[in-house]
Amino acid sequence: MASYKMHLLVCGGTGCKSSDSMLIVDKLNEELKSHNLVDEAKVVMTGCFGFCEQGPIIKVIPDNTFYTKVKPEDAKEIIEEHVIKGRSVKRLLYVDPKEHARVSDSKHMGFYKKQIRIALRNCGFLDPENIEESIAREAYGALGKVLSEYTPQQTIDKIKKSGLRGRGGGGFPTGLKWELAAKSVAEQKYVICNADEGDPGAFMDRSVLEGDPHSVLEAMAICGYSIGASKGLIYIRAEYPLAIKRLKIAIAQAMEYGLLGKDIMGTGFDFEIELRYGAGAFVCGEETALIHSMEGERGEPTFKPPFPAVSGYLKKPSNVNNVETFACVPVIILKGEEWFSSIGTEKSKGTKVFALAGKINNVGLIEVPMGITLREIIYEIGGGIKNGKKFKAVQTGGPSGGCLTEKHLETPIDYDNLIAAGSMMGSGGMIVMDEDDCMVQIAKFFLEFTVEESCGKCSPCRIGNKRLHEILTKITEGKGTMEDLELLKSLSNVIKDTALCGLGQTSPNPVLSTLNNFWDEYLEHVVEGKCRAGQCTALKKYIIDPEKCIGCTACARACPVNAIEGDKKMPHEIKQELCIKCGSCYEKCKFNAISIK
Amino acid sequence: MEKIKNLADLRKMKDNLQNKIDLREKSDSPEAIVQIKVGMATSGIASGAKEVMNYMIEELDKRNIKGLVLQVGDMGYCYAEPTIEVTRPGESPVVFGYVDIAKANEIIEKYIKNGELLDGILPANYESIK
Ligand SMILES: Cc1cc2nc3c(=O)[nH]c(=O)nc-3n(C[C@H](O)[C@H](O)[C@H](O)COP(=O)(O)O)c2cc1C
Ligand code: SF4
Ligand code: SF4
Repeated sequence: MASYKMHLLVCGGTGCKSSDSMLIVDKLNEELKSHNLVDEAKVVMTGCFGFCEQGPIIKVIPDNTFYTKVKPEDAKEIIEEHVIKGRSVKRLLYVDPKEHARVSDSKHMGFYKKQIRIALRNCGFLDPENIEESIAREAYGALGKVLSEYTPQQTIDKIKKSGLRGRGGGGFPTGLKWELAAKSVAEQKYVICNADEGDPGAFMDRSVLEGDPHSVLEAMAICGYSIGASKGLIYIRAEYPLAIKRLKIAIAQAMEYGLLGKDIMGTGFDFEIELRYGAGAFVCGEETALIHSMEGERGEPTFKPPFPAVSGYLKKPSNVNNVETFACVPVIILKGEEWFSSIGTEKSKGTKVFALAGKINNVGLIEVPMGITLREIIYEIGGGIKNGKKFKAVQTGGPSGGCLTEKHLETPIDYDNLIAAGSMMGSGGMIVMDEDDCMVQIAKFFLEFTVEESCGKCSPCRIGNKRLHEILTKITEGKGTMEDLELLKSLSNVIKDTALCGLGQTSPNPVLSTLNNFWDEYLEHVVEGKCRAGQCTALKKYIIDPEKCIGCTACARACPVNAIEGDKKMPHEIKQELCIKCGSCYEKCKFNAISIK
Repeated sequence: MEKIKNLADLRKMKDNLQNKIDLREKSDSPEAIVQIKVGMATSGIASGAKEVMNYMIEELDKRNIKGLVLQVGDMGYCYAEPTIEVTRPGESPVVFGYVDIAKANEIIEKYIKNGELLDGILPANYESIK
C-alpha cells in the first residue's frame, strides 16, 4: 500500500456537498494524477467539519491547514502550491473575524480551540462510506469488548456511572433508561434511534449520521445487548437523503464484516438494524408519536405511562435514544466512564453539540463541554456578533425553549441551569440575536412554527397556541393592550399545564421567556406604539424633516399610495393615515430628509 | 469478505488498518509527538530536501518513533539547505542545516530519541515558520 504523506480531507456533509464538494474531489484527483502524485497524497471525502458557512472546506493533513470556501477551480493551485511546494494558498485560508488576519491552520482557530469532540469525534476525520477507516479508529471495538467481557448489567452500570443523559431534549439519564427496558420481560424488545431532528436549525444528528454512521450502529447494538433486544430501528426523516444513503452503506458493510447480523464476533449475540422513514413532522420526534408513526398509525402522541420501556413499538419494550446520545456510548466504553464523567458539571456530564446560528460570525456545529459559559460560546468560539452589533439574546431549545440574555452570559450551560434560566437544552439549537431583533417578533416566529406543527389532538395546544399567535400578531401591529399582555401570560400557563405532549407543554416557553426577560419591549409596543428594533412595520413611522426637505418631489412620485403631499420646492409631508410603511420614499430621498421613528 | 470471528480478529484488523488514518491521528495532537518540518522551497528541493523528507518519514516508522513530518515552504536559511526544524514534545524547536541522509540518521538517533544536541544547529534568531 502506498504510504501517503498527505491527506486532503474534503467535507462531504450535506451543507458542503450542496456546494460542489464532489466536483472538488474529482478535480483534486485529476491534478494529483497529472502531477504523478497519486502515491504521495490522497483525497478523502469526510463528514462535516462543523464550519458549514465557510464551506466547502478542505483540511490538509498533516499540517492541519484549513481552506474555506474552496471552488473546484482552486484544486490546481492547492496541488501545485501546497502539495508540491509546501506553501499554503493564502487567499483560501480562514480569516479571523476579530483579528482580520488569515489563520494558518485549524489548531489556531478560535472556533475549534474550546471544543471537545466526543459525539463528533469522527466527523470530518473519516470517510464515512469506508468501514475500514472506522475500524482503524476502533469502531466496533467497544461492542466487541462489551460482548466478550461485560454482562448486560455491567454495561448498563458503566453507562449509569458515566452520567450520560439523553441529548434529544429531555436529559433523562441514559443508563437508567436502559435498565428500565432491561427489566421489562418480553421475548422481543426493540432499540430505537430517534433521528427525526425536527427542531428548526438543528442539524447535529444529521451530521453524526453523515459523518460517522458506524458509531451509532455500534451503540445501538451495545444497547441491544444490554436490554436484551435483537432488533434496532432508526427513525429518520426522508428529507435526509445523504444520511440515509450513508446509513445504508454502513449497515451493509457492518453485516458483511460480521459486526452486525447473526452471531456477532462469534459471541452468539444477534443484532439487526433497519431504517424507518418519517415525513418530517416535528411532533413525530416525540417518542410515543414516533412509535405510532413507525407502526403505520397517525403520528400522534399518547399519554405516558406506559413508557416505551414497558410498552413501545408493537407494544413491546422499546428503548428510544437520540442519535447524539448513542454516538457518545462507544467512547464511554472504550475510554471509561470515569473519563466521561470527568468532563462537564456535577449533574450534566460530557459534552453537548450545538448548532450555532443567527447573528454570529462563526455559524456552524460546535461540541463543547457541559458547563461552558454562553460568553465563551458567543465571543470565543462564535467569534462575536456579526457586524459589530450589540448582543441581545440567544434562543436555546428551539421552539420549546426560551431565551438567555446578557445577564446569563456567565452562566455555565448545562441541563439544570438552562431550566433555571427559563429555557432548556432541547436538541441544541442556539440562535443568536442582536439589537436589530424584536423579541415580540421572535416569540411570534416560534409560535408560528408550533401552530403549524401541532398535531391537533388536544385543544390546549391546537386552539391555545393559535390564540397566543393572534395576540402576538396584534401586538406587533400596534393594536395590543395591557389586557393582552396579561392574557398572554395566563393562557401560556394554562397550555403548559394542560397540553397532552411535550410539544404543547413547552410551546409557550418562548412567549413566557421573552415576557420575563424583555417586558419593557412588550410595554413599548403596547403603550408607546414603538418597536425599538424597527422590525414591526406597522409601528414604524416615516417622517419628513421640513428643515431638510427641498421639495424635489422624488418621494411623492415614489409613493405607491399617494400618501405624500406638498408643492414643488416646498417641504413635503406624509399623511400617516394613508402610509403603508413601504419605505420607498425613504430610499428615494437624496437629502436624508426622511427618517424612521 | 470473511467475517470477523472474534474480538482478537477485530483488534488485529484494526492494527493492520491503522496506517490508513495514522497521519490524521497524529496531526490531531501534534504537540504530543515529535514534529519535524522540512523546508521545501525550490532551493530546498534542489539541494535534496525531498530525499531527506522521505527518509525521515520511512525511518521514524521503521524505528517505531511516533512523529509527524511536515513539509513547509521557505524556512529562510537558503544558505544552509536542506534545513529541518525538530520540535520535541514540550520543547522549543531546534533547526539543523545542511542535512543529508547521514545527518538525518544522526538527528534521529541522538536528538530525537535522546535529546542529545549535536553539530549543525542553526541560530534561533529566525522567524518561526508557523
Ligand atoms: C415535540 C417533541 C419533539 C421531539 N423531537 C425529538 C427529536 O427530533 N429527536 C429526538 O431525539 N428527540 C426528540 N424528542 C424527545 C423524545 O421524545 C425522546 O425523549 C428522546 O428521543 C429520547 O432520547 P434521549 O433520552 O437519548 O434524549 C421530542 C420530544 C417532543 C415532545
Ligand atoms: S400537545 Fe399539541 S402536539 Fe401534543 S398531542 Fe396535544 S395537540 Fe398534539
Ligand atoms: S413609506 Fe411608502 S407609503 Fe409611506 S409615505 Fe413613504 S412611500 Fe408612501
